[in-house]
Amino acid sequence: MAVTSLSQDYFSFFGLPRKLSLDLTDLQARFYALSREFHPDRFARAAASEQQHALDATALLNDGYRVLRDPLKRAEYLLSQEGFDIGEQRSKDVPPELLEEVFELNMLLEEMPDRTELEQARAKFHQMQSGTDAELESLFQKYDSSGDRNVLQNIRGVLNRRRYIQNLVRDVEKALA
Amino acid sequence: MSTFQIDFGEQKSPVVGIDLGTTNSLVAVMGATGQPEIIPGPDGSKIVPSVVSVSPTGEVLVGAAARDALLTSPERTVYSAKRLMGRGHADVQDELALFPFHIAEGSESVIRLRLGDRVFTPPQVAAEILRHLKENAEVYLGQEITQAVITVPAYFNDAQRQATKDAGRIAGLEVLRLVNEPTAAALAYGLDKRNEGVVAVYDFGGGTFDISILKLHDGIFEVLATHGDTHLGGDDIDNLLIHIALEDISSEWGEDVSGNQEAVQLLRRAVIRAKEELSFLPSASIDLEYKGKAYRREFPRDVFERLIAPVVERTLGPCRECLKDSGVPVEDIAEVVMVGGSTRIPLVRKAVETLFKARPHTELNPDEVVALGAAVQAGILSGDVEDTLLLDVTPLSLGIEIMGGVVSKLIHRNSTIPASATEQFTTGVDGQRNVLIHVVQGERELVKDCRSLARFDLKDLDPVPAGMARVEVRFLIDANGILNVTARDVRTGKEQSVDVKPSYGLDDQQVEAMIRESYERAEEDFRERQIREARVEADAILAATEKAKADDAWYDLSADERQAIDRAVNELLVVYNAEDHILILDHIERVNQATGKLAETMMNTAVRGALKGTKIDDLG
Repeated sequence: MAVTSLSQDYFSFFGLPRKLSLDLTDLQARFYALSREFHPDRFARAAASEQQHALDATALLNDGYRVLRDPLKRAEYLLSQEGFDIGEQRSKDVPPELLEEVFELNMLLEEMPDRTELEQARAKFHQMQSGTDAELESLFQKYDSSGDRNVLQNIRGVLNRRRYIQNLVRDVEKALA
Repeated sequence: MSTFQIDFGEQKSPVVGIDLGTTNSLVAVMGATGQPEIIPGPDGSKIVPSVVSVSPTGEVLVGAAARDALLTSPERTVYSAKRLMGRGHADVQDELALFPFHIAEGSESVIRLRLGDRVFTPPQVAAEILRHLKENAEVYLGQEITQAVITVPAYFNDAQRQATKDAGRIAGLEVLRLVNEPTAAALAYGLDKRNEGVVAVYDFGGGTFDISILKLHDGIFEVLATHGDTHLGGDDIDNLLIHIALEDISSEWGEDVSGNQEAVQLLRRAVIRAKEELSFLPSASIDLEYKGKAYRREFPRDVFERLIAPVVERTLGPCRECLKDSGVPVEDIAEVVMVGGSTRIPLVRKAVETLFKARPHTELNPDEVVALGAAVQAGILSGDVEDTLLLDVTPLSLGIEIMGGVVSKLIHRNSTIPASATEQFTTGVDGQRNVLIHVVQGERELVKDCRSLARFDLKDLDPVPAGMARVEVRFLIDANGILNVTARDVRTGKEQSVDVKPSYGLDDQQVEAMIRESYERAEEDFRERQIREARVEADAILAATEKAKADDAWYDLSADERQAIDRAVNELLVVYNAEDHILILDHIERVNQATGKLAETMMNTAVRGALKGTKIDDLG
């Protein structure tokens, strides 16, 4: 194996175009093939420099696979690569369209809710989650065909909302547990 | 004196696979047929009990011999020491109540065990077991062994893994890889079958419990999730039964023997025997005879099962978590592989079958399957096994302490390893020269609820105004599940030195010192053995000479010749107790030379006599 400097971009490391929609079966096949090529197990008795390269390459491969196979992480990754700010703090601002839901949930949690109410709330949030997922999917396709940065801006908003709904689901699950 | 030196030249010696278990340890290697095989010891037994004892003369006993010493000298003997690997004194208070560990002074960050007049850290105890297995393998294979794959519970944290690696180094083994026990078992099962699909591995051993869920695809074993409890095992079942028996004995005999190590160890054996019998008999009894008193209690299987049900239940929680984390619906689990001696218990099998809705696999010996899998992984690393590749995960999330004692997670549990994360750090005060990073492992939000792993000190930063420094720190979990940290100054691009203070376990210098000590001890042992062997040889020649002096041949010698022999014998007796085997051997040789003619005469007489005898027989 040639000890070359590693490309830090996940898409190019996997030999993929920088697109938001991708075929997960194909991604897995690439992941397995690259694992066979780079995994430290293949270089257990090689020179120290080759072992280090195998370790670095496989860490990059695994980190990349974790990001690319998850549509939300994949989108966040591409956004940050395109210069969009996706720091942690942004998720603290409640998206205006969710204010009502957040308010209702907090009220519900405060007044010792029964299981049925909580389960209803959870079902509602799950539905909202599916809604945003579908919305994201169509936005992904829109971006992939147009390469339009304005679409990325939209995606950023939806991602923010999606993350917030996730927090709501987490809160309900905690109350249910 | 026959010493031998092995020279392999460029030829690579085989890599062995070692299952370093809580109760038993085994070593295996890939055989010529492409199948892994367990290497037996000189006594033919495949299993080496994980017990170490120091004899009153300072000799270290390992395995069956040490297990026998548990009865005669429990204060010089340790078992289940794996429970102490990578742990601090405060961690093991619960264990101390149940196990007869003799803790020595200075055990805050690394436990020190007293065995007779010697003190061992848990990695040194493990190293004795590893060295024993290494020697067994060397005798069996006729080759020096320097490299090994060692298995660890999947749920072992960084410190526990590091301690295991340290043990290998102390034993003179280069640990090419630490492999998770359930994953190793999957390798042993999957090698010839080329399965596709999702399997679960339920590994319930002597002291640890692991559950792993793997996806098998064309020779790739991809772990999706793992969970477990590093302090849950067959030992816990034993302790339950021992506890009951001790209470019975106390009321029946009017005597509390719980403080009596010999009685407790005898009882432990009786309990284990009963437990094992209950796996195939409807009822078994705990029998103890001690100092003329007898205790007997019959345990029907249903009583036993009610008793151990809570222990079995404790394994199911991690199983459910693991299923959830894997994202695989339970219907998709095609098979469950059973590993570890405790899976022989029918109740355990039933519980697993019910939870996973799949029939448990028990074709391979649950005691051997992990070692066999370790040998397969050894084969993968040495290139003997092709097309098979193991992709494992880290069992615990890795995070750093941020403001307010809160954990910021950098690498989540069940991430495929090697895995990495990069984080930037800066200074809070003008001219600040170092930054301290506290790394923890665990799933909880607060540092105090997680396991402190190490403190990394970024040193010798350029003195710049607060907030101007930019140090990029890379956290990398390697294929062994062990954390490596490197740091770089972003402005200058130069490597930043990182000083590591492990929270638990040994630092590098301590390990080095132990390696040196083990070399020195090995030399000392070797020297002692040489002296002992020389004395044995001296005994033999002295006895033979003494006997020869009664022979007719003695009187055939001249007075000078007889005097020379007496002088040589006396000189040998003078040096006999010297701590110098060369001196002893030298004097043996002198006796040999002085008695040369005597021996020859005797030999001739004997041959003549023998020939005479033969002829008479022939004639007769």
